[in-house]
Amino acid sequence: MKSTITIKSERCKGCGICVAFCPKKVLGLSELGKVQVENGESCIACAQCELRCPDYAIFVDKKEGA
Amino acid sequence: MEMAERSYEKFFRQHRLPHMWCPGCGNGIAMKAIVMAIEKHPELTADNTVIVSGIGCSSRASGYMDFDTLHTAHGRALPFATGIKMARPDLHVIVITGDGDCTAIGGNHFIHSCRRNIDLTAILFNNSIYGMTGGQTSPMTPMGKKATTTPYGSVARPLDPSALAKAAGATYVARSTAYHVHHLAKMIEQGLNNKGFSFIEAIVQCPTAYGRKNKMGTPADMLAWMRDNAVMKEAWDKLPEEKKQGEKFPIGVFLDSRYVDYATAYNDVIRAAGGEVK
Repeated sequence: MKSTITIKSERCKGCGICVAFCPKKVLGLSELGKVQVENGESCIACAQCELRCPDYAIFVDKKEGA
Repeated sequence: MEMAERSYEKFFRQHRLPHMWCPGCGNGIAMKAIVMAIEKHPELTADNTVIVSGIGCSSRASGYMDFDTLHTAHGRALPFATGIKMARPDLHVIVITGDGDCTAIGGNHFIHSCRRNIDLTAILFNNSIYGMTGGQTSPMTPMGKKATTTPYGSVARPLDPSALAKAAGATYVARSTAYHVHHLAKMIEQGLNNKGFSFIEAIVQCPTAYGRKNKMGTPADMLAWMRDNAVMKEAWDKLPEEKKQGEKFPIGVFLDSRYVDYATAYNDVIRAAGGEVK
């Protein structure tokens, strides 16, 4: 995994913007309508999800050396 | 691994989050762009920066931002901000307003703030509708688009506040969208550089009142619409007229000029009259 994805679930409203703009289909919505990592290995740490999250609920940090 | 705390988060009142905006609302993105722009200006601190807002969904932003903030009356954010700036020209004053707040009930205040070239930076969150009060048409609802008060589509042309700001005397005028987050932050950052009236229109999605009524799909679909229809001004200026039709619109800096700001001109009068300038 090239990145560490941090989700602040209490802020997430499940709008799906991050899911839609992820170029690698890393994210999905849980049964409770919150974002979850479904395919973390594919993450390229582009942080498009973090950029457009209206609720500041998802953060992507590139792993050092990755 | 613990995540690195984002530096812009210090500008939010953490205990007030999550904010009250609907799922997928673009206001949260625009508010983040504002703090990203403020971060590029280290001279702007929590103690010397005032955020003033009017009434509407957009104007709830002031409540989440950790500065001295003022949530004022409908359409009156600019007059309150003018008062602050004239009493304390040393403060940095940022105004957050919406399309209804700024161009309907606050329309004349907007014109005269531009005319005076008072040193404020106003950011208009344009969601094309009155979201909070139930989805009524605003002066910026595009032609043909539906609202609860225009169920067959709006028959009036939308107001273009950038053109109005330019005509009325603002010295910095720009537009961007919630899709173009870094670009929007850059537009605001440049607006903060200008000693005079700076106006930035941020196009944001309202999935609840506007998007649903106009079958624009999910919040992500609405952002994709911005991506597909916004044209950088440099490219827009080269487009033939027939390509400027439909839903395409320009983004970027429309005006960046210099003119004496109102507080400076006013201080000159005080000095001429033998008074003392603080």
